[in-house]
Amino acid sequence: MNDTPFNFKDYVRSRFFPHMWCPGCGHGIVLGSLLRGIHELGLNKNEIVMTSGIGCSSRISGYVDFHSLHTIHGRALSFATGVKLSRPHLKAIVPMGDGDALAIGGNHFIHAARRNIDITAIVMNNKIYGMTGGQFSPLSGPGKKATTAPYSTIDNEFDIVELAKSAGATFVARSTVFHAVEAKDLLKKAIMHKGFSVVEILSQCPTYYGRKNKEGDAVQMMEGFKNNTVKIGSKKLEKNPNLIQRGIFVEDTDKPEYCEAYDHIIETAMKGNS
Amino acid sequence: MGKGKSVTHVVDKEWCKGCGICVHFCPKKVLELDRKGKVDTVRLEDCIACKLCELRCPDLAIQIINKQEREND
Repeated sequence: MNDTPFNFKDYVRSRFFPHMWCPGCGHGIVLGSLLRGIHELGLNKNEIVMTSGIGCSSRISGYVDFHSLHTIHGRALSFATGVKLSRPHLKAIVPMGDGDALAIGGNHFIHAARRNIDITAIVMNNKIYGMTGGQFSPLSGPGKKATTAPYSTIDNEFDIVELAKSAGATFVARSTVFHAVEAKDLLKKAIMHKGFSVVEILSQCPTYYGRKNKEGDAVQMMEGFKNNTVKIGSKKLEKNPNLIQRGIFVEDTDKPEYCEAYDHIIETAMKGNS
Repeated sequence: MGKGKSVTHVVDKEWCKGCGICVHFCPKKVLELDRKGKVDTVRLEDCIACKLCELRCPDLAIQIINKQEREND
């Protein structure tokens, strides 16, 4: 724990601010929650590696004053796996967008979850490809409009929580940018969890998703997160089962972590040799 | 709870993009957008230092410093 007052200027590269995200973009709130969480945990900035791919959300790694790798689209988890295996004491955090994590990097996502390697994956789900001009993503869901779906999409969406759960992630949680304190607490738990942790944070893209789907500006989209989400197992679900649940869905500490299992194999193989 | 005089708002108008999230979610209606569309503290004496604006500012442009809280630390 860290008792000194929080000042985000200690954790960001101020020379790159104001950042490139649009006015009202939720990704900045995720950045704020993450920095607050890291401050409260009292982690050393030199022991954090932030690896990201391509997209609006992935630009986050350029703004933080940690070790950072801005890598190729969808493959951030693979780079993070390499970093983690060679330097297991470092904390690997991978911020990803919904398209980066589950379309381009879908395969890497499920395999990192299957291995249960100690990486924290933050999926900032704004349901659209913002940087490239508002194409629909695998998280958009049917009936939503995008620049590539002017008459609305017909594709079903993924449920990140269910996908991560079945792929074998040992910590799975969901929050929204409206619930910034909850998001911070979940991120703290995810960072401290030993094993692959996934935190889905619903974020708003007022520029493309909000405009195309008539969901209003950033403020109205955040009000939407407030009204359309409930804590896990809330009584409101009985009346309206379509509400999105927030909270921790999986927290499993029994499954062996990949780097530790790898160390055991090295020990076994080296037995008898000096 | 810090009220009025013990609270300082540090606003970085260069970083603010005027999205209005802080103005909308302030429970005491302390903040407003100025003529240039940037956040401005207009009723500082009403501020209860709940920091909801700071938590939800996507541009990290506003910081609430509560002197009372620090003295209690």
